[in-house]
Amino acid sequence: MNTKINRIVLSLGVLVVLLIGYGCKPKGPATVTTGDAASKVYVAPGQYDEFYNIVSGGFNGQMAIYGIPSGRLFKILPVFSVFPESGYGYSEETKPMLNTSHGFVPWDDLHHIALSTTKGEHDGRWAFGNGNNTPRVARVDLTTFRTAEILEIPNSGGNHSSPFITENTEYLVAGTRFSVPMGENRDVPISSYKENFKGSISFIKVNPETGRMNIEFQLRTPGFNYDLSRAGKGPSHGWFFFSCYNTEQAYTLLEQNASRNDKDFIMAVNWKKAEEYLAQGKGKKEKAKYAHNVYDEKTHMATSTMLDEVTVLDVMEFPDIVYFIPCPKSPHGCDVDPSGEYIVGSGKLAALMPVFSFSKFQTAIQQKDYEGDFSGIPVIRYEAALHGEVKKPGLGPLHTEFDANGNAYTSFFVSSEIVKWNVKTLEILDRVPTYYSIGHLSVPGGPTAKPHGKYVIAYNKITKDRYLPTGPELTQSAQLYSIEGDKMQLLLDFPTTGEPHYAEAIPASLIRDKSVKIYPIEHNEHPYAAKGEKMARVERKGKEVHVYMTAIRSHLTPDNIEGIRVGDEVYFHVTNLEQDWDVPHGFAIKGATNAEILIMPGETQTLKWEPKEVGVIPFYCTDFCSALHQEMSGYARVSPANSNTPIKFSTGDTGGQK
Amino acid sequence: MKNLMTVLVAAAMLAACAPDKPQVAETGGSKKSAVEEVIDPTKGIGQVKNVTLHNPLDGERVQRGLDIYEMKCSACHRLTDERVVGPGFKDVTKRRKPEWIMNMITNVDVMLDEDPVAQELLELCLMRMPNQNVSIGDARDILEFMRKNDGEQ
Repeated sequence: MNTKINRIVLSLGVLVVLLIGYGCKPKGPATVTTGDAASKVYVAPGQYDEFYNIVSGGFNGQMAIYGIPSGRLFKILPVFSVFPESGYGYSEETKPMLNTSHGFVPWDDLHHIALSTTKGEHDGRWAFGNGNNTPRVARVDLTTFRTAEILEIPNSGGNHSSPFITENTEYLVAGTRFSVPMGENRDVPISSYKENFKGSISFIKVNPETGRMNIEFQLRTPGFNYDLSRAGKGPSHGWFFFSCYNTEQAYTLLEQNASRNDKDFIMAVNWKKAEEYLAQGKGKKEKAKYAHNVYDEKTHMATSTMLDEVTVLDVMEFPDIVYFIPCPKSPHGCDVDPSGEYIVGSGKLAALMPVFSFSKFQTAIQQKDYEGDFSGIPVIRYEAALHGEVKKPGLGPLHTEFDANGNAYTSFFVSSEIVKWNVKTLEILDRVPTYYSIGHLSVPGGPTAKPHGKYVIAYNKITKDRYLPTGPELTQSAQLYSIEGDKMQLLLDFPTTGEPHYAEAIPASLIRDKSVKIYPIEHNEHPYAAKGEKMARVERKGKEVHVYMTAIRSHLTPDNIEGIRVGDEVYFHVTNLEQDWDVPHGFAIKGATNAEILIMPGETQTLKWEPKEVGVIPFYCTDFCSALHQEMSGYARVSPANSNTPIKFSTGDTGGQK
Repeated sequence: MKNLMTVLVAAAMLAACAPDKPQVAETGGSKKSAVEEVIDPTKGIGQVKNVTLHNPLDGERVQRGLDIYEMKCSACHRLTDERVVGPGFKDVTKRRKPEWIMNMITNVDVMLDEDPVAQELLELCLMRMPNQNVSIGDARDILEFMRKNDGEQ
């Protein structure tokens, strides 16, 4: 009897443990999706995906392009990191793209994507990304899927709250994650943080025609950490919202010391007001050194310009530009709903999520409903700006995206789930587990005034057992959920490259038909282009040897080169004469200490080669181009440094053959 | 199993209804209409139906044709009868109708797939002539240059 009772108790105990386990932790990898998931993500051979998913690569410094709903990877798009596969950062033309005030920086940490918008909606023109480590913002042209421009951000200790975007792509922002000493006196004790450290928010103006970026002005702000941001839209257009943490102003062991305050801030910036002050000449010109790199599609070449000045407005002197709204416990996400009325703050350590009302916030400003100030900047009374709180939403809220039906989707890192809730009623509607520990999430059009909905994609931080193991380092795991019904439904796992942070998804129809297929050779203005084999040649200028080479299926011209000497700098300027889509040629030469180059149809790219020893050195096309691709090759003869072998070049000349 | 069948059936239906998109996109709308409309098979397949030639040659056209030839064609075609990657240009205007030449230049993918003469040449050269993105007007200039190359005045 006793044994039996014991057994029952034991069984119950096991059951309870199991239930607890079930409740707290997502199910393991054996979890299967429900019946029709496969058909919802199946894109038949030759068919196209409905959405492009433009995904940050995190520590690989790149973007990656996926199709949704299939999760197929289409392209890795190099932005802040060298990419030997295409020669980005290795070819003479692309090296200037990675120039900075610190010199050539071949890597960065790309966290956030911002797609260009018009009237708050995706327009499919550009994708912007931030370089978190050596502060930079990049613009990618969505007709070529190439990095077109990189702008360095001075007065920044790490460009994390960036490159969030206003509804007509007027501005991108770049807020410093770490406050640092700025101006003339920067050699100060770290312990003088409160006195000497400042924040800085750059407003980058985007030319509406060309997309060209310039730092229009910088706001000098109180010294703490600026984390994430969103622009207002609709009624709140003209404002920007930034999540701030470390209002404790800690400079060591932030894990503890920056987690003491019950509330940090959301900083609301009235950028139209800032524009007024600038128009009145209130901005101060300050010295600052930063690089501006632009790629020209006609010369197929990047140029890097070093700039030396920024215009600064110190918000402590113009307190009506900026207001603080208290927000619980180290807020991370700071997301504005499609209507522009609601601002969601996600305190990483908070047990609730406040939703602020833009109209109540405006009333609070009018009535000066403040609870104090911080460095002379008004702090709005929390309740005065509050629409309401989402109670017990989950653990560790990070980011929120929206659908077109008034619902919000928030990622929870600690409890590893996505929670769907209603923005107006604050009622929790559904929750699904993610595998494991979701960071960012993306709903197509989720940050815009007109979400496209249909899916939410989770970008998870931990992969563990989701895929076949590949040693200690695993691919990062993304997951696709349907949000078409009342209940979210897991459809697909797909692996991603680098470590995705934020991503955006956009209907393929907004991009697909604008895609560039070739560069017209008639428009090639590269100074070393050989527009036709007749122009192929080799020229010596002192130690430099310039090879004007052409590539077409399936030969390189010239393919016999003599007269190169040890110690020369040889530049292979390869022009691809093809004018058909998807016929790139590649070029590689034995012993080159950089990389290969890939040359698109109509383009010219240059590989530098410094031969170290005497011999006849083969070179070849690296991109399989035709039935006779293996024949697409040539020889360069390298003579001793003091030789007088004359420059000689040819293709198809067999006169010397015995 | 049932679900799998549904997927398979759905996939089969999709496959049956949906043409091979990338190919269709590449060859464009000219494919179908051209096949029906072109009566003279020696004129090739494409938008070019009738070309009227004039003498003397148009000198400006000849010069433009030469410039395009040097940029886009000379890597594979000599001006003699020597075949390198593709056949030499010499006497091409005597062997082929002007329409055939211009269709071959401007509609090469369809020509290589469907025109018997173009297919014979492909078998000979074993190298698909690339689409060099030449407009009809530019192809006419190249034709004028070819006539000059063949000794016309």
